[in-house]
Amino acid sequence: MYGNSQMYGKGLRPLSIATVLAFAVSLSLIFFYAPLETDQGFIQKIFYLHVPLAITALVGFVVGAIFAVAHLRTDNRKWDAYSYVAIHISVIFAVGGLITGSIWAKASWGHWWVWNEPTLVSFLIVFLLYCTYYPFRYAIEDRDRQARYASVFAVTAGAFVPLNFMAVRMAQSLVHPRVFATAEGGMPGSMLLTFLVSLTAFALLWTTLLKFELVAKSAAGQVRRLRLALDAPGTASSSRIAPEVH
Amino acid sequence: MTPSRVAFAAILGKDLRSELRTLQSLPAMALFAVTAFIIFRFGLDRTSLSGSLASGVLWATLLFAAVLGINRLFVAEREEGGFDAIRLAPIDRSVLFAAKAAALIVYLVALELIAVPIFAVFFLDSAAALGPLVLVLVLTDLGLAAVGTLISSMAVNSRARDLLVPLVLLPLVVPLMIAATGATEPLMIVGGPGYHRFGTWLMVLGLYDLIFALIGWAVFDFLLED
Repeated sequence: MYGNSQMYGKGLRPLSIATVLAFAVSLSLIFFYAPLETDQGFIQKIFYLHVPLAITALVGFVVGAIFAVAHLRTDNRKWDAYSYVAIHISVIFAVGGLITGSIWAKASWGHWWVWNEPTLVSFLIVFLLYCTYYPFRYAIEDRDRQARYASVFAVTAGAFVPLNFMAVRMAQSLVHPRVFATAEGGMPGSMLLTFLVSLTAFALLWTTLLKFELVAKSAAGQVRRLRLALDAPGTASSSRIAPEVH
Repeated sequence: MTPSRVAFAAILGKDLRSELRTLQSLPAMALFAVTAFIIFRFGLDRTSLSGSLASGVLWATLLFAAVLGINRLFVAEREEGGFDAIRLAPIDRSVLFAAKAAALIVYLVALELIAVPIFAVFFLDSAAALGPLVLVLVLTDLGLAAVGTLISSMAVNSRARDLLVPLVLLPLVVPLMIAATGATEPLMIVGGPGYHRFGTWLMVLGLYDLIFALIGWAVFDFLLED
C-alpha cells in the first residue's frame, strides 16, 4: 500500500517536459507566426488562450464524469480521486476561460459581459454547476458515501453539459465566432495550425496538472498515515477535505 | 421479490397519505407562490403582465415554490428510518426513485392547480393562454421531478441539506427553465396566444425529461448503498 505514489508519478517527468516544449512552441507560433487578424488586431491573439482553455475545461468535466462512471462500476476509490482532481483542475481552467473570454468580449464587442452570446452564458452555467461540487462534496461526512455521491454528481453534471449548451444556444442569436465553422470556412491555415498546437499544449498542461495533483495528494496521504502510525499505531484517520488517495 | 408495480403504489400511497395527514409541503408551497406574486406585483410595479415578463414571473415563482417541496421530499425517510426500511425490503431500489418522483409530480400539479389560476386572475388579461400552458406545465413538472428527486435524495444525507438543494438544483434546471419560459412567452403575449417555436421548446423539454429520468433511474441505486 505504501509507495503507491510511484504509480501516479509514472511518466510525470517526460509529460512535464512535453508540456513545457508544447507551450514554448505554441507561444512562439502565437506571437511570431500567426497572422494579425485584420478586424480585431492584436487582441485576437487571446483566442489562442481563451478557446483552448474553455475546450480543455469542458472536455475535462466530461472526462471527470467518465472517471466517476469507472468509480461507480468498479468501486475503486482511485477513480474517485481521478474524478475529483479532473473536475478541480477543469474548474480552474474554466475560471481562466471566463476571464480571458471577458477580456476578449470587452476588446472586440465593447462589453465585459454579453448576454445574447450563447457560448459564454452556457459556459457560465456549467461553471456555476461545477462550483457547487465542492460544497456538495464536503457536506457529506461519511467517506464512502462522499465518494459515491460525488461520482453521481459528476455523472449527472457531465450529461448536463451538452444539454445545457443546446438549450442556451437555441434561446439566443448567434454572434459568437464559431471556431469549427470558421476552421472550415474563414480561418487561414496558419491560424488553425497555431490554434491546434495551443490546444495540444493546454491539453498536456491539464494532464500534467492532474498527475501532479494526484501525486501530491497521494504523498500527503502517505505522510499522514505514517505519522499516525508513529504516534498511535493502529489508528488511521484522514482529512475531511478531498478524496483519500492510496 | 415484491413486484415493482406493487412497491411503487405502496410507496407513492404512503407519501401522499402522510402529506395529506401532516400537510407539511403543499400549503407552504402554495402560500409561498401567492406571496411571491404579490411581491412581484409591487417589485415590478405592474398590475398586469404579458409576454416574457409574465412567463418569467410565473416560472420563477413555480420553481422556487417547487424547491420548498423538493427540500422536504426525503426528510421523513431520513428522520423516521424510511431509507433503512427500503434497503431491507425485497424491492428494486429504483422503484423508490420512481415513486418519489411521482409523489413530487403530484405536489407540483397540486401547486400549479392553485398557483396558475391565481396568477391568471392577478396578472393576465385573458385566460386563453392556460389551455396550451398545461402541456408546458406537465413536461416541466416531469423534468423538475426527475432532477429534484435525484438532488433531494443526495442532499438529505448531507449536513447542509436545505442549502444544497437550491445550490445544486438551480444550475441544473436552467435549460428546463429556458425551454419552459421560451414556450410560455408567446402564449402570454398581448393579443392572444402565439405559438412561436412552441413545438421546438416542447421537444427540448421532453428531451430534458427523458435524459434526467434515465440518469436518475440509472444512478439511484448508488445513493442507497451503505
